[in-house]
Amino acid sequence: MNLDIRYPIGLLFLAIGAILTVYGLVSGPEIYATHSLGLNINLGWGIVQLVFGAVMVGLAKSGAGKGE
Amino acid sequence: MFRPLRSVELSSGRSGDCKSPASQHRWFESNLHHHFPRPGTAGCSGDAARLAPRPFRPDSAFDPAPTAPLVSAPPKPTPMQSIIHFGTIDYVIVAIYFLFVLGIGWALRSTMKGSGDFLTSARSIPGWVAGLAFLSANLGAQEVIGMAASGAKYGIMTSHFYWVGAIPAMVFLGVFMMPFYYGSKARSVPEYLKLRFDEKTRGFNAFSFAVMTIFSSGISMYAMAKLMHLLLGWSFGASIAISAVIVLVYIFLGGLTSAIYNEVLQFFMIVFGFAPLVFLGLRDVGGWAGLKAKLLEYSVSRHYAAGAWTEAWKHLGSPSQNPLGVEWFGMVMGLGFVLSFGYWCTDFLVVQRALAAKTMTAARRTPLIAAIPKMLFPFLVILPGMIAIALTFESTKGGTSGFSLPAKDGAYDYDLVIPYMLGHYFPTGMLGLGMTALMASFMSGMAGNVTAFNTVFTYDIYESYIVRGKPDAHYLHVARFTTVVGIALSIAAAYLAESYNNIMDVLQLVFAFVNAPLFATFLLGMFWKRTTGHAAFWGLFLGTAAAAVHHGLTIPFGASSLVKGGWLGSVLHTYPSEMAQNFWTAIWAFSTCFVATILISVVTTSQKTDAQLRGLVWSLTPHEDKTEGDIPWWKRVAPLGAVVLALTVLLNYIFW
Repeated sequence: MNLDIRYPIGLLFLAIGAILTVYGLVSGPEIYATHSLGLNINLGWGIVQLVFGAVMVGLAKSGAGKGE
Repeated sequence: MFRPLRSVELSSGRSGDCKSPASQHRWFESNLHHHFPRPGTAGCSGDAARLAPRPFRPDSAFDPAPTAPLVSAPPKPTPMQSIIHFGTIDYVIVAIYFLFVLGIGWALRSTMKGSGDFLTSARSIPGWVAGLAFLSANLGAQEVIGMAASGAKYGIMTSHFYWVGAIPAMVFLGVFMMPFYYGSKARSVPEYLKLRFDEKTRGFNAFSFAVMTIFSSGISMYAMAKLMHLLLGWSFGASIAISAVIVLVYIFLGGLTSAIYNEVLQFFMIVFGFAPLVFLGLRDVGGWAGLKAKLLEYSVSRHYAAGAWTEAWKHLGSPSQNPLGVEWFGMVMGLGFVLSFGYWCTDFLVVQRALAAKTMTAARRTPLIAAIPKMLFPFLVILPGMIAIALTFESTKGGTSGFSLPAKDGAYDYDLVIPYMLGHYFPTGMLGLGMTALMASFMSGMAGNVTAFNTVFTYDIYESYIVRGKPDAHYLHVARFTTVVGIALSIAAAYLAESYNNIMDVLQLVFAFVNAPLFATFLLGMFWKRTTGHAAFWGLFLGTAAAAVHHGLTIPFGASSLVKGGWLGSVLHTYPSEMAQNFWTAIWAFSTCFVATILISVVTTSQKTDAQLRGLVWSLTPHEDKTEGDIPWWKRVAPLGAVVLALTVLLNYIFW
């Protein structure tokens, strides 16, 4: 197996997380006021995905659990 | 097709509603329930909704006072207008996901050197990857949509399709059956049947499975195209073409490994796409306490006991006490035992994922690893349905939730729970993520079927009956070509589904009959060495016949067509719901197959020697092959299985 699946998972969520985070930062309440109970869900959840993506890539880089 | 009555009630003065999106997907909504990925194996948890398309109390019973409209004017989309409005950023997210999906296939292309790499991943997949793929392969979009729909229709009782109808069978597969599947070196479930029994039993299973996977894949494709048309206004043909090309490319390049990797990706997409939906929904409805309070009121308004939507077990004393229309015995035996074990333990679509694991221990852990997220999935997919119905009920009373399910045929359009909630709670951005998660699961539903079809066709049909004894490179080519053919046939099935609703319903019924008795054959085959090939074949045949006869002689309450039952002329029994009828069809099929296989085994002699059955049958397999050597006890499979079961019991207790 030449591909550690954690790379694509991590990179995908880094990419989507980055887009949502940036979008959440630049967009105003007009985007989320009527939809997500006034919470800036793009920003909040974008950051969560960035963290998850980074952890996945970090795990893949460290090579941990490869033998499992 | 469209009933003017509803149109008048709902359209509140707006004309031209016959063309509204909500009416255009009539076939989809009313039949989605019948079209879960594995039509026959109704026990798979995904089949909740399929099993129970109609509560036996007419839904109109809950119609509020005639003066109040059934649904408090949901934002009714005007003709040709999509329900969900995609922004540029949403399209970017969809595009990024598809790039990754195709990229995985591309990255794997050079590792596909032989048919084993392409069709079995050369047994190289880590346990946790196989486990998540095992879970995802079953987590098609029909399951996600159907479970949310059932959550709205039946409440927390839908979780029985997970806690009763999945977890115990998954534990059984990992602890007791996987040693024989994996240890036999069989590349497919039909091949195991060939090794354990004989050629005719393998052939029977291989052919019926191959046909079934094609139709399942086609139905997944069809449902996706229909939904994308309804939600986003995409054309039916274009949706079919895009999904077919993407699935074709990534399987053609990377085979089973590519499908498995993408299933893992899809698992995380579903979690990340739906978790915020549940969070926002719960927050809106006032937390669990608020949800419970609203659902108590709703239950009473539907003439059930107050806890019918929020208590999983208390109302299973008789079918009339709960919206499912089943009693505990039929539920536990039919769903929890026959259907569930029949699906999780014998269906090659899921078993294939475990067989791809790199070691015996990893293979045995696969279903156990899958069981842990599986037991939590009700919170991700059923809870949105419960929230949706609570908010909708609130709206009918003049509340301010602002959320309402659309209606159809005098009831709510439950299939639209997830799409409507995505549109309601997600702004542009998150909307792209949520919709991508939905598309991802449609596609991996197709891909799962296509990869299972490839393996069964190449090894169990082509190599066994058409062209034997060629070099492996030949079979790799055939497997690749089979991918193309499989997808072409799926497209044909999708268009067939669009044109002839009834043909699909009948086909699914036939598959259900073929699948119902399967677990009896495996149980006896693996644990009773005396079981013979003739007995297995004829037991399966008689079990299938028993399912058909039972279905032909009974009907669910309020049945309106022969597809629902009673087609043998006389009706011996009327079940309170279609779900109850399905459970009992399965119980009859299993029992007939079980008894017949034992009786025929006694009067026939096995053509296999004990030496040939070594590794295939419990009593003929050396003890050391069934245990895990000298690894510490807490790393072993059985304790892990016990922990999984204990957690499941705990969940049942909490929501009792």
